[in-house]
Amino acid sequence: MKILVCVSVVPDTTTKITFTDNDSQFNKAGVQFIINPYDELSLTRALEITEASGGTVSVITVGEADTEPVIRKALAMGATDAIRVDASPKDGMYVAAQIAVQAKSGEYDLVLTGRESIDYNGGQVQGLLAEMLNWPLINVATELDADASTVKATRDIDGGRETLSCALPAVVSAQKDLCEPRIPNMRGIMMARSKPLNVVPATEKYDYTSITSYELPPAKSGVKMIDAAKAEELMDLLHSTEKLF
Amino acid sequence: MAVIVYAESDNGIYKKSSFEATTYGKDLADKLGTDCIAVTIGNKGTQNLGVYGAESELNVSGSTFDSFNPQTYATALSEVASSNGGDTIVISQTYTGKSIAPLVAVKQDAALVTGIVDMVDTSNGFTVKKTCFSSKAIGHVSINHSKRVLTLIPNSYKIYQDGSEISSSEVSTSVSDADNNTTIEATDKVTGKIPLTEAELVVSAGRGLKGPENWDMVEELADVLGAATACSKPVSDMEWRPHSEHVGQTGITIKPNLYIAAGISGAIQHLAGVGSSKVICVINTDPEAPFFKAADYGIVGDAFDVIPRLIKRAKEIKAS
Ligand SMILES: Cc1cc2nc3c(=O)[nH]c(=O)nc-3n(C[C@H](O)[C@H](O)[C@H](O)COP(=O)(O)OP(=O)(O)OC[C@H]3O[C@@H](n4cnc5c(N)ncnc54)[C@H](O)[C@@H]3O)c2cc1C
Ligand SMILES: Nc1ncnc2c1ncn2[C@@H]1O[C@H](COP(=O)(O)O)[C@@H](O)[C@H]1O
Repeated sequence: MKILVCVSVVPDTTTKITFTDNDSQFNKAGVQFIINPYDELSLTRALEITEASGGTVSVITVGEADTEPVIRKALAMGATDAIRVDASPKDGMYVAAQIAVQAKSGEYDLVLTGRESIDYNGGQVQGLLAEMLNWPLINVATELDADASTVKATRDIDGGRETLSCALPAVVSAQKDLCEPRIPNMRGIMMARSKPLNVVPATEKYDYTSITSYELPPAKSGVKMIDAAKAEELMDLLHSTEKLF
Repeated sequence: MAVIVYAESDNGIYKKSSFEATTYGKDLADKLGTDCIAVTIGNKGTQNLGVYGAESELNVSGSTFDSFNPQTYATALSEVASSNGGDTIVISQTYTGKSIAPLVAVKQDAALVTGIVDMVDTSNGFTVKKTCFSSKAIGHVSINHSKRVLTLIPNSYKIYQDGSEISSSEVSTSVSDADNNTTIEATDKVTGKIPLTEAELVVSAGRGLKGPENWDMVEELADVLGAATACSKPVSDMEWRPHSEHVGQTGITIKPNLYIAAGISGAIQHLAGVGSSKVICVINTDPEAPFFKAADYGIVGDAFDVIPRLIKRAKEIKAS
C-alpha cells in the first residue's frame, strides 16, 4: 500500500503569538517550528500500518525551504521519502490543490492528514482534497486500519463516536487517540539525511482568501477574587449579575 | 444572489447552532441586500426557521439521508445552493459541518473560511474574523472571490427569535444511495446528557480532583446549573473521564457562556480550547495557578470544600 501523509509545519504549542508590520504578519522570530501534532499521529499510524502489512509512506509539505528541517524529522520517524511543494501556503484551497496533483500522479491508495493545523485551525485540507480527488472522506478518525482495498475507522461525531468503513483510495484525517506519536531515534535521524526529499514547483493557482491583519483576543478585564470562606457568593454573582442560570 | 444556511438537525432535532447560523445568515443577507434561505437535509427539526430569520426554507428529504455521509450531504446542499442563486453558504462548525463545508466549497468553486467568530464586514470588500493559533489570535480574512462557504464557530453570534413563521417546500436533488461512499457500522452516542459542543454552561475539573471517584460533585454541580461536564487532558488520558470530555488544544474547543474550572492549572494548551468562554471561574488551591490570569472570577480554595458549597447555594437560588 502507498500512503501519502500531509504534514504542515507549525509553531510549537507553547509559542507566544505576536505580530509584526502593523499586525499584518505572524512574527516568526524565535519561534520553534514542529510537525503539526495531528500529522505526527497520522504519520505514526501510517508507519504502523505499512510495517505490519507492507507498503511505503511518503510525506508531503507545501512550504518554503525553511520547512526542510521539520520534514527531515518526519523522515527520521520512518517515512520512505518526502515531497516539498515549493511555495508559501496561501490558504487551504491552495494547499489542497497542490497536494491533489501529487496524490494523483503518485498513485497513492490512502492520503492521511491531521484534523487541523494548529496555526490557522482550518480543518479544511482533508475535505478539499477528498473532493478534488473524488475520494471518500473519513474526518477526525480516532482509530484507523487499512488493508489492500478498504479502510476501517472510528471517528468523532457530535456527542460520540462512530465506526465506519470505505473503499480505497480514500482520505482520512487524524484526531488525538489515533496512536502514540513516534519519537525519532538516533538511527532514524542518521538515515533521514540520505532519504529523498524531492522539491517540486507549485502548479495550481488559487488566491480566494488572504489574511490582511491579526488581533489578539480581547483581554479579560481582570479577575475578581472571592474569599474561599464566602465561596457561595460566586453562585449569587453568576445568578444575579451574570444571569447565567 | 442569496445567502444559503445549512440548518443541521440530528434525528428530527435542530442543533442550537443551526438557529445561530440562521440568524447569522439573515443578518448577512440584509447586509448584502439579498435573501436568507435555510436548507434542511434529512429528518429536520420541528421549529420554524422563519422565527430565527430565514425568509424561505427548502427541505431535502429521503432515506438516502438517514445516515450521515459527507458526499451525499455536500452534494445535496451544493445543488440546492446552485439552483437558488446561493453565492454565500453559511454552515455551523459542528463535526458534521466541518466535514461537508470543504466539499461544498470545491463543488461550488467557492472560497472557504472556517472558524468564523463574528459577522462579515462588508464596508471594504468582504472581510471576516476567524480564530487562529488555537484561539490565541483572531485573523481578519479578506475574501477576493464572488462565492464563499463560511463556517461559524458555535456560540459566536446572538440568536434572535423575532422573525415570522414561513412555510417550507420540498426540493429534489440528484443524490441517490449510490453516492454514499462510506458504510457506517456502529454509532456510540452519549444520550440524555448535554453534548459539550452545544453546552452554554460547562463545569470542568482537572487533576486537582485526585481520582475518578471524586467526580460526583462535579456532575452534581453541572446538573444543578444545567451544564455539561468537561475535563483536562491528563484526566481523560488516565481514563478518569471519557475522552469526549477532554477540552483544549488537542481536545474539543468550546466557547460556552460559563466555564467553571476546578483543580485545573490553566496550561496554555488547556486555555487554547476554553479561553474564549465568556465567563470563566477558577477554583484552585494554588494562588499562583496560571488559570487565574484568564479568569473572571477566582476562588483560592480546596475544590473538595468549595464545590459542595457551590452546589448547596445553587440549589437554594434555584428553589427561591
Ligand atoms: C502538545 C500538547 C497538547 C496538550 N493539549 C492539552 C489539551 O488539549 N487539554 C489540556 O487540558 N491539556 C493539554 N495539554 C497538557 C497541559 O500542558 C497540562 O499538562 C494539563 O492541562 C494539566 O492538567 P491539569 O490542570 O488537570 O493538571 P495539573 O497541571 O496537575 O494541575 C492541577 C491543578 O489542580 C490544583 N489543585 C490540586 N489540588 C486541588 C484541590 N484540592 N482543589 C483545587 N485545586 C487543586 C493544583 O494547584 C493545580 O493547579 C497538552 C500538552 C501538550 C504538550
Ligand atoms: N502546507 C501544508 N502542507 C502539507 N499538508 C498540509 C498543509 N497545510 C495543511 N496540511 C494538512 O491538512 C491538515 C488540515 O490542515 P488545515 O486545513 O490547514 O487545518 C493538516 O493536519 C495537514 O495534514
